[in-house]
Amino acid sequence: MAKSKKNGVDRRGFLKGAAAGAAAGAAALVAPPLVEAAGAQQAPPQRPAAVPPSAAQLAAETELLSADGHAMTVENAGSDFMVDVFKSMGIEYIASNPGSSFRGLQESFITYGGNRSPEWLTCMHEESSIAIADGYFRVAGKPMIAMAHGTVGLQHASMNIYNAFVARNPVIIVLGNALDANARRPGVEWNHSVQDCAAMVRDYIKWDDTPISLPHFAESAVRAYKIGMTVPMGPVVLVADGDLQENAAKDRSKLRIPKLTLTSPPVGDPVAVAEVARLLVAAENPLILSGRTVRTEQGMKLMVELAETLQAPVQGGGRNMPNRHPLAGGGSVASADVILGLQVDDLWGATHEFRDQQERSYQTITKAGAKIISISSNDLYIKSNYQDFQRFTEVDMALAADAEATLPSLIEACKRLITADRRRALDERGKKIAAANVQALARARTEATYAWDASPISTTRMSVELYNAVKGKDWALIGGGGSRLWNIEKFYQTPGGGGAAAVGSGLPISVGAALAHKKFGRICVGIQQDGDLMYAPGALWTAAHHRIPMLLVMHNNRAYHQEVMHLQRMASRRQRGIGNAQIGCVITDPNVDYAQLAKSMGLYGAGPITDPKDLAPALKIAVERVEKGEPALIDVVTQPR
Amino acid sequence: MRFVILMILTMMASAVTAQQNPQAPPSGNAENGKKIFTAYGCYQCHNYAANGGGAGPRLAPRPIAFPAFTRAIRTPRDEMPPYSLKMVTDQELADIYAYLLTFPAPPAVDSIPALRQ
Ligand code: HEC
Repeated sequence: MAKSKKNGVDRRGFLKGAAAGAAAGAAALVAPPLVEAAGAQQAPPQRPAAVPPSAAQLAAETELLSADGHAMTVENAGSDFMVDVFKSMGIEYIASNPGSSFRGLQESFITYGGNRSPEWLTCMHEESSIAIADGYFRVAGKPMIAMAHGTVGLQHASMNIYNAFVARNPVIIVLGNALDANARRPGVEWNHSVQDCAAMVRDYIKWDDTPISLPHFAESAVRAYKIGMTVPMGPVVLVADGDLQENAAKDRSKLRIPKLTLTSPPVGDPVAVAEVARLLVAAENPLILSGRTVRTEQGMKLMVELAETLQAPVQGGGRNMPNRHPLAGGGSVASADVILGLQVDDLWGATHEFRDQQERSYQTITKAGAKIISISSNDLYIKSNYQDFQRFTEVDMALAADAEATLPSLIEACKRLITADRRRALDERGKKIAAANVQALARARTEATYAWDASPISTTRMSVELYNAVKGKDWALIGGGGSRLWNIEKFYQTPGGGGAAAVGSGLPISVGAALAHKKFGRICVGIQQDGDLMYAPGALWTAAHHRIPMLLVMHNNRAYHQEVMHLQRMASRRQRGIGNAQIGCVITDPNVDYAQLAKSMGLYGAGPITDPKDLAPALKIAVERVEKGEPALIDVVTQPR
Repeated sequence: MRFVILMILTMMASAVTAQQNPQAPPSGNAENGKKIFTAYGCYQCHNYAANGGGAGPRLAPRPIAFPAFTRAIRTPRDEMPPYSLKMVTDQELADIYAYLLTFPAPPAVDSIPALRQ
């Protein structure tokens, strides 16, 4: 046990006056809960006195000192103030495993804060905590907190921090740590403490700080929120030192929480925007490639408006356009004379063909003389070590701006340039694109008939049956599954793409997204990969425990199938071991029983389904369970892809 | 009459060329083809049902002509791993082809209620 500090007020050296000491010896009274919402707390003992004691009196009377004069209780713990700070920012949830380095803060959240706004979500892996926060942001449009324990917790969390970073999604990561070596418990606490906590993830977070006082904490927490939410967004880290949490706040009344004002996103330079409009309006075959452009429902409307103004096709899927819009899809990079890349993470990849053979080769697929324009906030913020910035793309114009925020001025600039004659030509072009899209939908339907009755079940059939099970309802996808065969009309109906293709992120992102949809009563469904689920299946328990309704349908191909294919490539190139690709990649012998796995954690589970005829009835039952508020999982044994 | 004889002669001639045509598929063992389709990894990208998917095109029913089929496998044009003679014999390719020929036509779109959206 550490000895008392000489200076300052801390949990180990808060010596009290003799009177308090005497009272402390008398009775171990329980301090009343500070917030009424802490319903689970016991009522304080009844006091016979007619005049209730003042808070200060009560504090003094209930203060305990050890025989050797060390404080054993504390009033106004620093972590209570931290909770006030987070409440002031409207944080709704904290996703976390428990961890001793933030025991003070956890206790403040659940008791002082009443476990409401934010509410504690019990997680089974820090990797899940982070991705639950990521998934929540994708739907709620605001960050939540994910907590991790000093060293080991953050090490677990790091993969999905990277995934959120690549997706440019803000997560406020709060880390517990014991900085003061003099006060650390021997043994484990040393192993779990670190000099510079955020160092191990600093390459893929936007900002971090280790506040050493409560005013510093308040300022940095507000700054963390603001930086995380400033385009390009990203995860941020705030270290909550153990002493700062557990020691008393010196004078709560003097502690201020700075005002939070979010930074508006950067809009494209008007001169450049006018030139982009000129190129687009004059183009014969413009193509809009859209990546992570749309962040809001309004953004989707703007994207439709730009497409309709230009009568240009928009490729990129996801949440950019209603997918049955006549201009959603169509066009091609090879035939385009002007390509507008909006928030495209890999514009090089979109404009080149890369051949993964023994000798890797590539070529551009754009037409000679085609103009390439990029509007992206990615140019505003780039780091060196991790290569998620992708290959350097030669473009003709680059606007360092947020694409969604630039859409209104771009639309206006285009409209100003379109004459009646041009309008007629554009409308003709639009009709052709629309007709091609009608044909593409018909082709997709025909394509779905192949292997319709196959077992293992075709992934297209699984997707179509899932759509049919929810299509009349207010549904939202929380994972994979959407295709041309789904009618996706609203922004919130897909969770948005982006990320580092990190296996193990899918399940918790779905849980987080479903959590954000919960208050709207939407039926959340998603297709879940088996390999991804096996990384940290405990997120299923979190969904059950917190009554997060959602339906996951397993795309169970019983393998890390992408890797099976990679091994086959190696075997083919080396001309040996043709039948060995499955070794180390398949998840068979034994097969995992996902329905049982789900049931064991309190979800409704069904399957494994191998006969496609059983799929629709099983989905119907599962959707009914979800409508009652339960999470459910159906295991479907599928074709590989 | 002369016309009919000519017709018959022409038909016979083409039958002979078909037999000798190195381009035509040699007869294959569909059962063995089915086994190889899985064992050699074709299923990985084309699915067990050969309907194709995210990783490779549909192969059946009605596979492409045998010469093009062989070319596509020996020297793929794009991302498919090459299968040299060391990996798959010509006879095995014929077996796979025979297997792909056994796939029935799919049901008509309109006969599937789930696709009539
Ligand atoms: C790792 C993935 C992969 C594997 C394994 C694979 N293919 Fe392919 N296959 C492809 C892709 C991708 C294409 C499209 C053309 C290209 O990329 O070369 C293709 C094309 C083909 C084509 C041409 C189809 C057309 O309509 O043009 C045939 C035939 C074919 N594959 C047969 C096979 C057979 C038989 C096997 C097993 C011996 C096999 N493939 C294994 C990925 C694969």
